Amino acid sequence: MADKVIYAMYDDDDVLKDGAKKLVAKGVKVSEVFSPFPIHGIDPIIGVVHTRLGIMAFIYGLTGLLLATIGMRYFMITDWPMNIGGKPNNTYLENMLAFIPVTFEFTVLCAAHGMALTYFLRNKTLPGLKASNPDPRTTDDRFVVEVRMSQNTQFTDVEMVEMFKQTGIVELDQKDI
Amino acid sequence: MHKEAAIREPLILGRKTYADVTNDVCRPIEDKAPRMWYILFTIALIIGLYGVGSILYLLGTGIGTWGLNKTIEWAWDITNFVWWVGIGHAGTLISAVLLLFRQKWRFAINRSAEAMTIFAVFMAGIFPLIHMGRIWLAYWVLPLPNQFGSLWVNFNSPLLWDVFAISTYLSVSMVFWYIGLIPDFATLRDRVKRPIPKKMYSILSFGWSGRAKQWNRFELISLVLAGLATPLVFSVHSIVSFDFATSVIPGWHTTIFPPYFVAGAVFSGFAMVQTLMLVMRKAMRLEAYIHTKHVEYMNIVIMVTGSIVGVAYITELFISWYSGVEYEAYAFFNRATGPYWWAYAAMMTCNVVSPQLMWIPKLRRSLVFTFIISIVVNIGMWFERFVIIGTSLHRDYLPSAWSMFYPTHIDIGVFVGTIGLFFVFFLLFARFFPVLPIAELKTIVKSSSEYYKNLPDGADHRIETSKNDVKTDNTNNH
Repeated sequence: MADKVIYAMYDDDDVLKDGAKKLVAKGVKVSEVFSPFPIHGIDPIIGVVHTRLGIMAFIYGLTGLLLATIGMRYFMITDWPMNIGGKPNNTYLENMLAFIPVTFEFTVLCAAHGMALTYFLRNKTLPGLKASNPDPRTTDDRFVVEVRMSQNTQFTDVEMVEMFKQTGIVELDQKDI
Repeated sequence: MHKEAAIREPLILGRKTYADVTNDVCRPIEDKAPRMWYILFTIALIIGLYGVGSILYLLGTGIGTWGLNKTIEWAWDITNFVWWVGIGHAGTLISAVLLLFRQKWRFAINRSAEAMTIFAVFMAGIFPLIHMGRIWLAYWVLPLPNQFGSLWVNFNSPLLWDVFAISTYLSVSMVFWYIGLIPDFATLRDRVKRPIPKKMYSILSFGWSGRAKQWNRFELISLVLAGLATPLVFSVHSIVSFDFATSVIPGWHTTIFPPYFVAGAVFSGFAMVQTLMLVMRKAMRLEAYIHTKHVEYMNIVIMVTGSIVGVAYITELFISWYSGVEYEAYAFFNRATGPYWWAYAAMMTCNVVSPQLMWIPKLRRSLVFTFIISIVVNIGMWFERFVIIGTSLHRDYLPSAWSMFYPTHIDIGVFVGTIGLFFVFFLLFARFFPVLPIAELKTIVKSSSEYYKNLPDGADHRIETSKNDVKTDNTNNH
């Protein structure tokens, strides 16, 4: 399906934020913002939902905790209970103190790496992938708002460009995809 | 926009725009390397290769090439291991703990401190691995299913805890570091002109585009990883100290070890950061980002942790007498007055006396003084580990077993070699990687840079753009 995309470029994060606020108030659906650093407070304006990565990290951490406990219980209690200095490893609970360091480390290991992998997959940032920022300057000092005309059928192209021009843009680019 | 009190010293000097931040960090990477870089790199590489040679000789011949004997089974190698792991503590502390405390000055130093951490932990890891003798069996430290019967590693042993602690620390630090690097690699990718570097940075940047949702995730993962890395940092050196504290050797068997080791690690880590940063800021002309205030903040950390270490030394000494255990008392009496008194004196002077000079504001704001103290502290912290390990072992219960430790040229070669390799890695990092977090620095330009934070209320805080950057046809009200 043919679609038209408008890229409006700003040279300041606060100007972009004010501009986006005005546009959204008029009913414009902003599909994306590209910026060289995180713009604090932009997410609620353009309707980006807060990430759930934190919940995932907790789940990965619990998995690590469980794996470490099951593993050490099997190695040290079930399979080959060691008898060190007349103190045999009879039950996990009695010996748990010695197992706390490894349990902690393994929990952190799983939480951190699980979270990092999920982060790369969800962000679609993996080695070899192509970048999709509309202009190379958006990783330097420019900020771009992307609007898709198919999501804003109530406005014509000319109206949209006119609205953008009132928000302090420095450049405007239109693309058919 | 976040407001910051005007009396707080600015973190970025001068009138820097976003583009200036990018240019200042990327320029040293894009320009030709200065002659000095090549000279330093060559020296470091030669020393590093000498170390590799020593290690290969050691592996081919055996641990007998070290100066260890039946009484002193641990000395030089484990001293170097603990020294390097300690140095490796500053990076994650700066990036994780200071992030949780919202200390914005960390942005000037976190990237290179994290790199330093990773390289230092690499160097640390070499020592236990080569001490195994048969390094090709190093995977035996992992609980792998095997055909030796039901043979598992011993999870009751602090040495195994160390395996888990160090490997978790190394891998989590690397992930933390790399996730921060990705947006900056993207900046380099979009800047560099030459095709090969462009391709390289394109691969390294993983296709980062700077979308709002990506930044949302970026901020959260930084925070959560910081939350995970903070207890990790404290656990790692605690566990390293358990290697000694859980033993029954007088001089090692002390409950004060975990906090004392952690404070010492932060102390030596910050000293190494100072040594590296003071050279780097000059060589790469980053004086606007790493200036006297940053050095002063780090010196305060050195002063506080140095004082904790000092208190620990004295407590240890007092308790050895107060405990009434004559072996304990002798171990400490012998440390201070025995044949290794000079090592003890060096440790006391470098670690207890020298950081106290930082109480004087003039001294802690002096860059030359800081540089000297940072090296003194690193020497002192090496002696601390040697004193704890060597002097506790060299006088056994049986006087007939009393012995001294003398390093062989292989001992020295391996240690000096790791210093060489460390600088090889660090110089490569400084040459090809963004040494300051470009993206994160830009977030504090408006709130903490000298020009913008001192603008009067209601003034236009917009970032200046140079005029030739702006295309006139699409511009209005600019």
